[in-house]
Amino acid sequence: MTMDFPTVLFYVFASILVLSALRVITARNPVHAVLFLVLSFFNAAGLWMLLHAEFLAIMLVMVYVGAVMVLFLFVVMMLDINIERLRQGFWSYLPVGAVIGLIMAGEMALILGGRYFGLEALPAPAVPAADYSNTKELGRLLFTDYVYPFELASVILLVALIAAVLLTLRQRKDNKAMNPSLQVRVKAADRWRIVKMDAVVEAPATPAADAQEGGKA
Amino acid sequence: MDAVLALINQNVAPLFGAWWPEVSITLWTVIKVVLIVAPLMLCIAYLTLAERKILAWMHVRIGPNRVGPLGLLQPIADGVKLLLKEIIFPTRANKGLYILGPIMAIAPALAAWAVIPFSEEWVLANIDAGVLYLLAVSSLGVYGVIIAGWASNSKYSFLGAMRAAGQMVSYEVSMGMALITVLMVSGSLNLNTIVEAQRGATFFSWNWLPLLPMFIVYLVSGVAETCRAPFDVVEGESEIVAGHMVEYSGMSFALFFLAEYGNMWLIAAMTTTFFLGGWLSPVSFLPDSFLWFFLKASFIIFLFLWFRATFPRYRYDQIMRLGWKVFVPICLAWILVVGLWMLSPLNIWK
Repeated sequence: MTMDFPTVLFYVFASILVLSALRVITARNPVHAVLFLVLSFFNAAGLWMLLHAEFLAIMLVMVYVGAVMVLFLFVVMMLDINIERLRQGFWSYLPVGAVIGLIMAGEMALILGGRYFGLEALPAPAVPAADYSNTKELGRLLFTDYVYPFELASVILLVALIAAVLLTLRQRKDNKAMNPSLQVRVKAADRWRIVKMDAVVEAPATPAADAQEGGKA
Repeated sequence: MDAVLALINQNVAPLFGAWWPEVSITLWTVIKVVLIVAPLMLCIAYLTLAERKILAWMHVRIGPNRVGPLGLLQPIADGVKLLLKEIIFPTRANKGLYILGPIMAIAPALAAWAVIPFSEEWVLANIDAGVLYLLAVSSLGVYGVIIAGWASNSKYSFLGAMRAAGQMVSYEVSMGMALITVLMVSGSLNLNTIVEAQRGATFFSWNWLPLLPMFIVYLVSGVAETCRAPFDVVEGESEIVAGHMVEYSGMSFALFFLAEYGNMWLIAAMTTTFFLGGWLSPVSFLPDSFLWFFLKASFIIFLFLWFRATFPRYRYDQIMRLGWKVFVPICLAWILVVGLWMLSPLNIWK
């Protein structure tokens, strides 16, 4: 028992992360796969928290788990996916997939191994002081040194947003959708009006007429 | 107390050796969690009674009055009833996810309380990124609803889940944007600092007055976020019966219920912290205390019930319009206004 507590936590988070990431690609049900992806995001956030990067960790949960994956789940649940058909031709695609996978693994090994990201190149950062705020530091950097790339990224995102809206926007002639902003502007006076009328008093039927009618019946 | 602590330190600590600091801090945290969750559960239980009573009085009825004096034991009776009822699994439901749904609904509703400052000292985790934590955790509640709706394998449940997902994700945006102005004027993400920044002679110094449009946006978005009337199309009794929880029974249903009322208390506590000065006393000659926090949160809760008794249900497209086309533009404009205000000589936050 020589491991300290953060190290134990690291192995817990890392092992759950790897296992759930594996389940994302092996789960038969796509909804399960998405939920495993959510779990792996959580554990990645836990790892970042261990690195004192609380802003990144919370943002990962807030943006990816709280918004992106919800919409993802939304779409996957709506799809009528035939799992058997998806699995067809698995073996014929396998060689190509395996080659691509191996190339990716090799490239990552080249970069992440020793020379650039090893312990000699990147020693463990000093433990920050107690009053260090990761959020404040990131905010300061984003709005001073990196303000140009930051604004550029936001403009690109905005363009992508508008493009996505424009691509899916169809204005059909026979669209019967209602316009809520017009509807809420309706006043009671547009729909009905109160008319002043004199009271109409019906003359009481005379007993004679009654008797006549009764006689007819 | 000290004697007990010394006894524990002598006899229990050696069993854990070098791990004792971690173990003891975990134990202390668990005790504190219980001290927060147990009263919270009581508040949730009695909120159901308060809701029924207040609605009844607003309708000129009496409300529940059979169980205990004035019906005060009604929540206990309801709880026992739900505990003893059978949990029914629909035949073609996805068993695992069907159980996970209610758990995912209640877990964030309780976890968010970790950073709420009840008074100056009473806070479980006084962390720097408190506001971010609150936003992140409260954005997870929607998973319980979606998972439950899908796993039930029922059209009504699924429709309810779809509505809930759309509505909750949309109103999170306006809630988050309303909070940006609060962060701007307090200059911190720490909830204690945010409360402390509102300190002044009277309750006019709290954020609700200078940020009045944001206060209203936040409160209304909070009602929509918790899917309460008039935004309760998620449950929509007249159209989709009870939405995502239509297939649930017994304790699994009760968990959804607890989550909904827990979220109401949470929104009330958050509104109190951000806009109504948290534990601060409204007038300077009275001391600050937890009681003020509780009173303010209870007032917000009363507003929730008042809304329910007053407004008819919104239509779904009107809900979406209110969130995206009314609240978000108001927030964006007010962020700019507050920014200019803070740069001008009229700045009142220094």
